[in-house]
Amino acid sequence: MGRPFFILLPHGTRMTLRERLQAWRYNYIPDHVIGEILSKRWADNAIPFLALVTVIAVFGTAIPGFFNPFSLLESTRQLGEFAIVVMGLTVVMLAGGIDLSVGSMFALSAFSSVAAFFIFHQPVGVAFLAALATGGLFGAVNGYLIGYMRLRAFLTTLVTLVIGRAIYDILVVNYGSVIQTSTASSDLWDFIGDGDIHGISVPVATAMVIAIIFHIALTRSRPGWHILAVGGSRRSAHNSGIRVRRTVFMSYVVSGLCAGLAGFLIACRLSGAGPGTGLNQEILAITAAVVGGNSLGGGRGSIAKAIMGAIIVLVMNNGLIRLGYGTGTNQMVLGIMLAAAVILDIRWLKNRHKVLNEVYVTPVYHRLGETLSAEPDSGSPYALNNRIANTEYIGLGELEGPEDVVLDRDDNLYCGTRHGEIVRFFAPDYKRSEVFAHTGGFPLGLAIDADGNIISCIGAMGLYSISPKGEVKQLSAETDRSYTSIVDDARLRDPNDLDIAPDGKIYFTDSTTRYDAHDWVIDSIENRATGRLLVYDPATGKTRTLLENYRYTNGVCMAHDGKSVFFAESWACRVHRYWLEGPKAGTAECVITDMPGYPDNINRASDGSYWMAWLGMRTPSFDLALRNPGFRKRMTRRLPQDEWLFPNINTGGVVKFNERGEIIETLGDMTGLSHPMVTSMREHKGYLYVGGILNNRIGRLKLDTSDNSWTGPNSYWGEKP
Amino acid sequence: MAGGSSHGFWSQERIVLALAVALFAVAAIFLPGFRDIGNLISIVHSVSVLGLLAVGMAIVIIGRGIDLSAVAIMAMSAAWYLQLLNDGWSEWQALGAAGAGVLVIGLVNGFLVAYAEVPAIFATLATGSFVFGFVRSRLITQDAVPVPPGNWLEQLGGFQPLGIPPEVFIFGGACFVAYLFLRFTKWGRYVYYMGDNLLAARNMGIPVRPMNLLRYVISAFIALAAGLLTASSLHSMNTRIVNSTLLYDIILVVVIGGIGLSGGKGGMRNVIVGAVLIGIMQNAMTIIDIPNLYQNLIKATILLIAIVIDSLVNPRDEQTAQQGDI
Repeated sequence: MGRPFFILLPHGTRMTLRERLQAWRYNYIPDHVIGEILSKRWADNAIPFLALVTVIAVFGTAIPGFFNPFSLLESTRQLGEFAIVVMGLTVVMLAGGIDLSVGSMFALSAFSSVAAFFIFHQPVGVAFLAALATGGLFGAVNGYLIGYMRLRAFLTTLVTLVIGRAIYDILVVNYGSVIQTSTASSDLWDFIGDGDIHGISVPVATAMVIAIIFHIALTRSRPGWHILAVGGSRRSAHNSGIRVRRTVFMSYVVSGLCAGLAGFLIACRLSGAGPGTGLNQEILAITAAVVGGNSLGGGRGSIAKAIMGAIIVLVMNNGLIRLGYGTGTNQMVLGIMLAAAVILDIRWLKNRHKVLNEVYVTPVYHRLGETLSAEPDSGSPYALNNRIANTEYIGLGELEGPEDVVLDRDDNLYCGTRHGEIVRFFAPDYKRSEVFAHTGGFPLGLAIDADGNIISCIGAMGLYSISPKGEVKQLSAETDRSYTSIVDDARLRDPNDLDIAPDGKIYFTDSTTRYDAHDWVIDSIENRATGRLLVYDPATGKTRTLLENYRYTNGVCMAHDGKSVFFAESWACRVHRYWLEGPKAGTAECVITDMPGYPDNINRASDGSYWMAWLGMRTPSFDLALRNPGFRKRMTRRLPQDEWLFPNINTGGVVKFNERGEIIETLGDMTGLSHPMVTSMREHKGYLYVGGILNNRIGRLKLDTSDNSWTGPNSYWGEKP
Repeated sequence: MAGGSSHGFWSQERIVLALAVALFAVAAIFLPGFRDIGNLISIVHSVSVLGLLAVGMAIVIIGRGIDLSAVAIMAMSAAWYLQLLNDGWSEWQALGAAGAGVLVIGLVNGFLVAYAEVPAIFATLATGSFVFGFVRSRLITQDAVPVPPGNWLEQLGGFQPLGIPPEVFIFGGACFVAYLFLRFTKWGRYVYYMGDNLLAARNMGIPVRPMNLLRYVISAFIALAAGLLTASSLHSMNTRIVNSTLLYDIILVVVIGGIGLSGGKGGMRNVIVGAVLIGIMQNAMTIIDIPNLYQNLIKATILLIAIVIDSLVNPRDEQTAQQGDI
């Protein structure tokens, strides 16, 4: 599968050194990877990860014995507790809020479990539940005020922070001595405080478990998605039926429970409650969450970021103390880190798409071979004429964007439109029409299967089937994920045309993995070979990739004998044939090269040959631009898109070729008035129906030499039973 | 319900004023020594520094912002000034250095909010932490810095015309100047426009970014003045005040006086009313001997209730509220 990525040079052409260097530079240095990485969500983790490595490296070398296993075991106990608090805070931040009261909840929960254990002599389990209940209750108060009463999160939690702190101080002053003189003890309590599981302390193990649960909940569960949706856009979340207030409420309860759990762990570790517990933890926790890369204002962030941030901040905080820097240094560094991280986050969020626009388009070198002329009267088989200039118009002004057209056994005509509909024109005069189905995407290629269902490649959505009653069903939206691709190439980004084999398998193309369907022209500027030929098997419901690395795979047509399938490679101006049976089964060969036009859909003709549409014509200027990738790169960065040099799509045409790839005839519209850009044509009972993706009509042309009873459905599936 | 109009006569400011009067009357009848003229002066005296800080906070909040670094700037600028004096700098050099430092911090706050577009709460939280940490670790040597003997701050504390401490005059003067600024100057009116609807203010051509800088600089200089007053009355500046609940008391005065946190509303009258209520309350609690810890709890609870009422009276406008405006 796949072809080697080399420069195809037609025979007899020579390259200058400069051109050869350009070709190597742009075809072998994979700078498109930068754009693909930047478009990934995980790319946001790069800066926090670098900060993490730097902080650990700096303090690891500056502090003797930093990496000593025993020292690591002890120093990570605090990290476990802190990471749990930060994860809770991250959940709140993802939902678009903030929770400053984590330090107070942490302290109060610690006091609750200490009180339950030492004052009331309860078992460890009860102490644990007391801590969770305290944290959960406190969180519920925050959640009620902010979620249901819609108070401002920052100030409300600031005040509950002060209230919690005051209650804690009062409790410690009144009951501190009782706790200190208590004689209660328990092995379990001591194990949670001092023990380890294979060298991992209990707090760290707990934090790991919580991290896994939270990660799965946030990325793969409904409540997690709701939290992200509310943080991403509160109003949209509300409009799509998410219970925004309850989701916000729950996020604070989660934060409270996390602080409660962490409070229980520190209670076990310290076996007491002092005035310093949880003091100033809010600024530590916020800095950790933000430094890790979680966005203020919600919607963007992850548990991995929370953990990275927790490690960075705690290592730095404790490192500065162990290195003996005086009072205040920590606050100073924390202030700088918080400000820097927030600025970075806000600027990055604001400018990310600009950076991405700058670097994403990375043209490659491509040299098309010399072609025969398409000039009228040039005597070449490609010579254009005016034969499709005078067609009968169907649906003039009612249609927008009939990329493909298809006719059923009852002679009714179907086409897709830009508005996501499949429109049916009724035989015999095609004056009357109705919306046959609404797909929600832009229907491109169409075909009719043995049972009369219309199968369509719907742009940016996938392969769909529309029953004769107009019911839309998804057949496939993904293929295999390749291991080397950075962009998600399992998703069908630009499914373009299809045809159906006698056994019912559907062969179709996905034109590019780099751009969405509506950005197909940008793909032509980049000219990178990422197009694929895929097959959908209705028996298994799975889609497989057959061929990849073509420059915009487009039209697909099953050969008349059903043993091979033709497909067009638009930006290379070639047609290939993929063998399904016979000695060459599973391989592809090039049938037509170096055409003067960019091929689009291919369909059967009545005389055993094939019709092929040209969506546009090659021009010397764009051919030259393809040999100068540096020029195209500068063009995309410095000029607005309106002023870019694009392939010429003002003139197209229809070409007829036979099994051996020989050109039989060419039809054109030199006026450019009726059918400038042709993306599809379909023969039916002696007429040719012509469609164009940017046109506002379907053209109907009487063919002189054809069989007046030939229809597509009969050709594919035999006479009606 | 739209704003205060449907509440008719009973706006939050008037409720608070009535509450203050009632509290005053109850305290005057039942608490021994409350009516003493000395006690009444000490009530006003006790809130004048707090009130002064609240003037700066009010100017920032009316323009839809908040300054959480106010207490850090107050304590650390005054402490650094005293440290410089103790190190033998001349009066003007030290004052100039402290003023320049305060100016820089105000500009940094304003820059972060206006140009880097960081939400005010995070920007000032970060600068507050930085100012405390930087001054404490780099510029001063101990938690509390004493006023050098014979300094003008020492004499200021002793200067009491009519038996009234100078802080009261300075608080009153600051309120009056801020009142003139907000009511009668162009830049003062801009503060209200920006607080009402920042985007609309920007669209009609108000230089919102420089105006943001100005507000945070004013707030920083008021904090310096408050720091110097504190030092003059206590004869030293204890930087541990940064960890106290003073910051919440400032917000309490502003919010309880009726200045909405969403900006665009209120004025100096609200600050005075809020400060007087807090002063009476603190004084009464001290007379009936409520420990400091419980006072904090009570004040914080009142602040929470005030915020709840504020959000009911001035509900958040979802149209002008911005993403990330938390």
